Amino acid sequence: MLEKSLKGNLGYWAWVLFLLGIIGVGVICYIVQYNYGLGATGMSRDVTWGIYISQFTFLVGVAAGGLMLVLPYYLHHYKDFGRITILGEFMAIAAVAMCMLFIMADLGQPMRALNVVFHPTPNSMLFYDMIVLSGYLFLNVVCGWVVLHSEYQGIKYPSWVKPFIYVSIPWAVSIHTVTAFLYCGLPGRHFWLTAILAPRFLASAFAAGPCLLMVIALIMKRTTKFDIGRVAQDKLVTIIGYAALLNFFFLGCEIFVAYYSRIPGHMHTLDYLYFGLADHSTGEVFNNLVPFMRASVVMGFAGIGLIFVSRYLKSDALLALSCILIFVSFWIDKGLGLVLGGFVPSGLEQITEYVPTFVEIGITAGIWATGFFIITVLYKIAISVKLESEKAA
Amino acid sequence: MDSSRRKFLKIAGISAVAGIGAPSALNMLMKNEVRASSEGGGHGAQTDAHGGEGAHAAAPVGKRYGMVIDAVKFHDTPGLAEKCIEACHSYFNVPNFGNKKDEIKWIWQMPFTNAFPGDESHYKKDERTHAMQFMLLCNHCDNPPCVRACPTKATFKNADGIVMMDFHRCIGCRFCMAACPYGARSFNWRDPRGSKDGVPFIKKINPEFPTRMRGVVEKCSFCDLRVKRGLQPLCVEATGDTKAMVFGDLNDPNSEVSQVLKARFTIQRKPSLGTMPSVFYII
Repeated sequence: MLEKSLKGNLGYWAWVLFLLGIIGVGVICYIVQYNYGLGATGMSRDVTWGIYISQFTFLVGVAAGGLMLVLPYYLHHYKDFGRITILGEFMAIAAVAMCMLFIMADLGQPMRALNVVFHPTPNSMLFYDMIVLSGYLFLNVVCGWVVLHSEYQGIKYPSWVKPFIYVSIPWAVSIHTVTAFLYCGLPGRHFWLTAILAPRFLASAFAAGPCLLMVIALIMKRTTKFDIGRVAQDKLVTIIGYAALLNFFFLGCEIFVAYYSRIPGHMHTLDYLYFGLADHSTGEVFNNLVPFMRASVVMGFAGIGLIFVSRYLKSDALLALSCILIFVSFWIDKGLGLVLGGFVPSGLEQITEYVPTFVEIGITAGIWATGFFIITVLYKIAISVKLESEKAA
Repeated sequence: MDSSRRKFLKIAGISAVAGIGAPSALNMLMKNEVRASSEGGGHGAQTDAHGGEGAHAAAPVGKRYGMVIDAVKFHDTPGLAEKCIEACHSYFNVPNFGNKKDEIKWIWQMPFTNAFPGDESHYKKDERTHAMQFMLLCNHCDNPPCVRACPTKATFKNADGIVMMDFHRCIGCRFCMAACPYGARSFNWRDPRGSKDGVPFIKKINPEFPTRMRGVVEKCSFCDLRVKRGLQPLCVEATGDTKAMVFGDLNDPNSEVSQVLKARFTIQRKPSLGTMPSVFYII
């Protein structure tokens, strides 16, 4: 089945080469970081996690978002999702792979990573994160590959894979819940210390994951003969729209609690993210994330509005635009604000701002390119098989 | 039996089993918690090494080290704080990179608002307290969030209450730094054994204590090796006869530190978080 990825037109190969080029840049940047230490990044004593961990957090969401494509088909026998279920599973594989790479990039002593296995520590949330992430990767590789391979052979998938499919559904919820628990169980980090962090993560995940898939599906609709179909498209709009609205509802809850209670610790980070925060002693205002966070809110609401309009107008272009808006909005919210904001102010009431270095951005781009490379190869296989089996039928 | 009835019975059976099992499982989990918090107000609950989170909570027996820092004496004795910091940092080969981003520190000074955020009164600002600098170091909490967060047990709690670091096991994930509410931990963002423009980051390497490699976390160890030999921590020793710092066994009612705690009003950093710090301040 893998041979399907080796047959493609010029555009396909140009895209693959482009991704490999960026991966190469990422590798070079990583060598620089490996030789110098994590000081090659913008992280500091006060902001100890940067863009790597925030990408990791966001991408766990993208992986979990695959659930929204798998669940209707397998649990509710929603036949119109038959063509996209496999895409959801393969997207999850790429996203989890990126998550793992981002964790590795963030470790000060990557060669010791297996200490997490050698010295298992059940009181650490990172221990559970390792279990659920590797488990989710395994489940999606097994389910995705076996189901597709059966289709390739023109038979129904074997029944032994069914339990794995059913387990993968709650498992998707678990990966993002445990990832939220990494943050929301830490005393003294007020911004993260909220019980709705996991629900908020899930809401944004169930919007961002399908958004990415929708954009890719629309690109494939133009460049290949593969069309997920109007019905599935419209259903996805509903899912994305409601999940995105829920995310903003949760954000609103956070804002109410902070500003109505007026507890300083609860307000500080929100102040910093959306308005700028002044230092106690010097009065200097820090606000380098404010334009991003405000743009996130505007893009998010615009995206939600437009996505329903696009369905009404049956416009693929508008649908793609609104999906991109929502995806970028949530990427800023979770891929920047959530992690970086948690460190401002520090436990010592100091404000240190973080700006990623070129090396850091290079590595980040390299890992994203790796993810897209995996998606490209897997989707190429998937749609080749799908188109062939449909032709045969 | 028709299928819906069978389904119902299956679900009922499963819920019954869960219903019987869940409370006892919960009880088992809760028991330790309750015991740990009801005994000796926290200070004294002894846990085993490698961080078993109150799982082996026992009566207050054995050593339980703590410290009282008299901020007034530090305020009244100029240069004393610097002496303590130098004694610590030079012995433990703490590097100086000359910038805030890479900074590593085990013990340092900060004003009241930074040391005790949220505790300052908005209207009544007593000038002396706000002019004072406070010695900050690892709190060696009874209930350390860093130990809970560490995925490899590279940071763990000794039976005597000292929170330790294993530099050789640390993978450098910095979860402990996110978990610590006191900013007590530093990370080796770059090689501390290196130098810049010919000036080494560690002025003079002390062969008695290992230098670290890059990519691991470090922090104050309450001078555990000295304490084991019956000596005082270096910072305490540096304060000499001023008694600006008093170190000892909190479980021993006759120890100097217990006597001071009994006689004086002291405060702790962020006590509301339930970490139960072992460092107390006289202000």
